[in-house]
Amino acid sequence: MNYLDFEKPLAEIEGKAEELRALARANPAMDVAKEAEGLDRKADTLLKDLYKALTPWQKCLVARHPDRPHTKDYIDALFSEYTPLAGDRGFADDHAVMGGLARFNDQPVIVIGHEKGNDTKSRIERNFGMARPEGYRKAVRLMEMADRFRLPVITLIDTPGAYPGKGAEERGQAEAIARSTEKCLEIGVPLISVVIGEGGSGGAVAFATANRIAMLEHSVYSVISPEGCASILWKDADKMREAAEALRLTAQDLQKLGVIDRIVKEPLGGAQRGRKETVEAVGKAIEAMLKELSGKKPDALIKDRRQKFLDMGSKGLAA
Amino acid sequence: MNWISNYVRPKINSLFSRREVPENLWTKCPECGTMLFHRELAANLNVCTSCDHHMAITPRDRFTALFDTGIFVEVKVPEPITDPLHFRDQKKYPDRLKAAQKSTGAKEAMLVAEGEVGRTPIVAVAQDFSFMAGSMGMYVGNAIVAAAERAVKLKRPLVLFAAAGGARMQEGILSLMQMPRTTVAVQMLREARLPYIVVLTHPTTGGVTASYAMLGDVQIAEPNALICFAGPRVIEQTIREKLPEGFQRAEYLLDHGMLDRVTHRKAMRDELMMILRMLMGMTPAVKGDLPPPGDPSAAVADAN
Repeated sequence: MNYLDFEKPLAEIEGKAEELRALARANPAMDVAKEAEGLDRKADTLLKDLYKALTPWQKCLVARHPDRPHTKDYIDALFSEYTPLAGDRGFADDHAVMGGLARFNDQPVIVIGHEKGNDTKSRIERNFGMARPEGYRKAVRLMEMADRFRLPVITLIDTPGAYPGKGAEERGQAEAIARSTEKCLEIGVPLISVVIGEGGSGGAVAFATANRIAMLEHSVYSVISPEGCASILWKDADKMREAAEALRLTAQDLQKLGVIDRIVKEPLGGAQRGRKETVEAVGKAIEAMLKELSGKKPDALIKDRRQKFLDMGSKGLAA
Repeated sequence: MNWISNYVRPKINSLFSRREVPENLWTKCPECGTMLFHRELAANLNVCTSCDHHMAITPRDRFTALFDTGIFVEVKVPEPITDPLHFRDQKKYPDRLKAAQKSTGAKEAMLVAEGEVGRTPIVAVAQDFSFMAGSMGMYVGNAIVAAAERAVKLKRPLVLFAAAGGARMQEGILSLMQMPRTTVAVQMLREARLPYIVVLTHPTTGGVTASYAMLGDVQIAEPNALICFAGPRVIEQTIREKLPEGFQRAEYLLDHGMLDRVTHRKAMRDELMMILRMLMGMTPAVKGDLPPPGDPSAAVADAN
């Protein structure tokens, strides 16, 4: 288990309990059950307290937790016959974006998502979930295919942002994002997005311009990272806590602003402490959202989606 | 006390300071350092007369130069909710807005107008970089949607002059949502088969480039304009190397196939007119002085 900074007191207690049990294993005569249980209970209460009122900055940390389930985990668990389709047909295949044909509850769909990787090697290969233009162009290609064959599209959002690199700029990062957003608005099939971790700015919007948008309870979605915002507006990157607060980037705030449609509850202590339950809960949410859209005509789907985004910003946070 | 002893000798400061030149008569070109007289600079559309550097120009000045005889009608933009997030950094967002309004005299970072360019009716939108870096918030989104709706209603092409540092952070996620929102506006034009021409000016970056500013039927840039998604400083920090000279500048983007044309500001009006008239299936533009109204021979020529 990787502990976040604010979870340190918890790490101590859980560590002590673990120590006691190890001691008992080595020395069967010792009876530590009672004490260990007491520690467990203490840890439990602490965890509840910690997660009851996470600050926006703490949510950012939880959203970025390396042990959270990533796109690949969702695809493996929720989809069958996943057949990755690669390449933008112009330059390369971007490994930061997974995508392909799959079945969701036996229904053929197109699934697309950012993948961050889960160890050093895969993280480098996946470029930490930061897509290059080829990733967005691959997504455009897959969405076009979905539209042609009337397959619903499910996108999983988990990216710090689009990759700010030299090659990415040369090959038209901005244009690729713009075209991907545009494609999202054009397709006559249900488009459903779930923010499973970080929704990083334009890199996220490019896939998340959907009919229905859900967010995991502790995920975040923002126009800029708190660190970036702090360094621009506070001229001090260490003011990320204040920036996270001001940006209103939590799932709860976004629902109030009418930007997202539903929040998927995470297990106590975050998705990283209950990966299986989290994946299942997301599966249920996708199922429900698909059901809401089933039977809608292509034109209605396009029209609803456009209206949804035209209306954005008509709601503010109550004073 | 007689008038001689009552006489106060003028202070040395008051003798000289009054003769000082008012501050904004001269502008120093940030590129070559030449001092440019304001009248001369304005007559040259804020392009340096010695090195051709394109300086920022306000939407109002641009429109005055663009539209026939400088006449245009502003298109009303619906007011969004101000400060939807109650955003506060070192200053409150409404205070920043007020400061920007005071320093620019503009209401927000975008101006929408309708009028004629070489007798070609158009709707035009221009972004004002001097207003909070032209950043895209809900007002800018509203302006683009209003411009597109107006263009569709009047069956006119839309010309957009972009200049922005990106999304307006103070509106958080709602500024990000202007990316899909303005994309819907572009789609309205496309469905109505109306030309949408984007003129990218220095600088156009971030979420603005990654939405409406890259979706034009024709993409034109002003010379040497910085056009990018991630700014050069961010990239240098990420890859830890120096970027080549001219990276992300208009000419570089043209070379990399991201633009149709790079056009000098003074040639822009004629070029826009020419392209728009072709796309709208109109007769070639009349260049030079138009015949005076009421001249019967002109009416005949028009009918042909």
